[in-house]
Amino acid sequence: MTVLSDTWDYLTSASSWTGEDGMLQLMGQQLLISVTALLLAMLVGLPIALWLGHLGRGGLLAINVSNIGRAVPTFALLALLVVADWPGTRSFGPYGRAGLATIIALTLFALPPIITNANVAVREVSPSVRQAADGMGMTGAQKFWRVELPLASPLVMSGVRLALVQVWATATIAALVAGPGLGRVITDGFYRTNYGKGIAGAVVVAVVALLLEAIAAAVQRALDPVPRSRGTSPKRHRGMSAGAPMVAEEADAVGH
Amino acid sequence: MEPSCYSRLTNEWFCAQYLHDRRDEIVDATVQHVQITVVAVLVSVLVAFPLALLARRVPRLEAGILGLSTAVYTIPSLALLPLLVPFTGLTATTVVIGLALYALTILVRSMLEGLRAVPEEVRESATGLGYGPTRRLLRVELPLALPVMMAGLRVATVSTVALTTVGTIVSYGGLGNLISDGVLTNFRAELMTASLLCVALAVVLDLLIVGTQWLLTPWTHGRRAA
Repeated sequence: MTVLSDTWDYLTSASSWTGEDGMLQLMGQQLLISVTALLLAMLVGLPIALWLGHLGRGGLLAINVSNIGRAVPTFALLALLVVADWPGTRSFGPYGRAGLATIIALTLFALPPIITNANVAVREVSPSVRQAADGMGMTGAQKFWRVELPLASPLVMSGVRLALVQVWATATIAALVAGPGLGRVITDGFYRTNYGKGIAGAVVVAVVALLLEAIAAAVQRALDPVPRSRGTSPKRHRGMSAGAPMVAEEADAVGH
Repeated sequence: MEPSCYSRLTNEWFCAQYLHDRRDEIVDATVQHVQITVVAVLVSVLVAFPLALLARRVPRLEAGILGLSTAVYTIPSLALLPLLVPFTGLTATTVVIGLALYALTILVRSMLEGLRAVPEEVRESATGLGYGPTRRLLRVELPLALPVMMAGLRVATVSTVALTTVGTIVSYGGLGNLISDGVLTNFRAELMTASLLCVALAVVLDLLIVGTQWLLTPWTHGRRAA
């Protein structure tokens, strides 16, 4: 088990963390690229998904987007982008080699959980609530901003949270095409038979992933406008309708 | 002789000559891909079912089992596989275990959900008819839970096909090995062929499961499935 002691040595030596291509710098790069892609995906996905949900449509879109996202391997898409004439391996500002290809792939893979959850969230707002809003004389826009969006927001947020986990995972895969981020520590270690280093990189990536998930869950709980209390029947109903898409979405998160 | 469509000069995305010349290599990679995927999913089903039953029986364990599976799916695949290497080495077993763990997170949830969807009245009627717990599970609850469970199995299988490509980090990635090589050598035909085969494989396995489900649930035919 010398591999494990090599791993420990790599993790505990200061030189693996600091300096050019140290793990701290790579981690910063991967966080930057993940946040950029997540924001892009929200910018593209949320308006479409919410608008279609407001119209009571988009079910087919949501299902298809998820299915395609699940069946296309992240690695294959990244590889195709990198070998193509555009975007290729060109570096993109602080995002490093193959930065543009990585951002495009990450954005695409963040879309399914965002679109599906946001769309389902708005469509599942109970018809009696909508009728009440109509009865109060609300216009379509008022109904959306004051009724549908607040009620839908927990599920919309959980979609964004799943997308964050997804994006971090996909950003790790970028290393398989010599792209940016912490995954490079893993691939470097394995390609140069320095397994201790590779496993050390894996430990750091996994720990950061778990931390991100925990932080996102805490933020989501803090921002939830509808306090979760169990027992009342309408809320239980909401919880159940939220259950089905969650199950489907887990798979998307696994699609890295 | 005119250069083939996969020569360095042309490097075309689609190339029949490549399929012909490298047939053995492509077939081998595909077979490896199918083997790894199928074994991983089967192992996962065998582990997930008792876990789901246990979680249903002992509610206190449920939160633990579901929490652990959430933690597993949070870990990126490129990190999970290396973490297994100290124990299982650079082998296909490493990939199979890693993929089975991911599939487990989907399967346990869908199995629990499927069993929960069986109405309490149905369960009581079965008991009233004299069904013991085991026979009730096999003859009444499982058939009714099947559609939800099969939906989970489809999701797990399709994701596993895609994830197998990452196994290339330990050199057992099936078609992922061709994708890796395609990136390293800037070989477009190889890359495109392997990527399309991956997607095709996912579709074929998905259809196989849908077909199996159709055969297993004859009572749903003719009516709209739930």
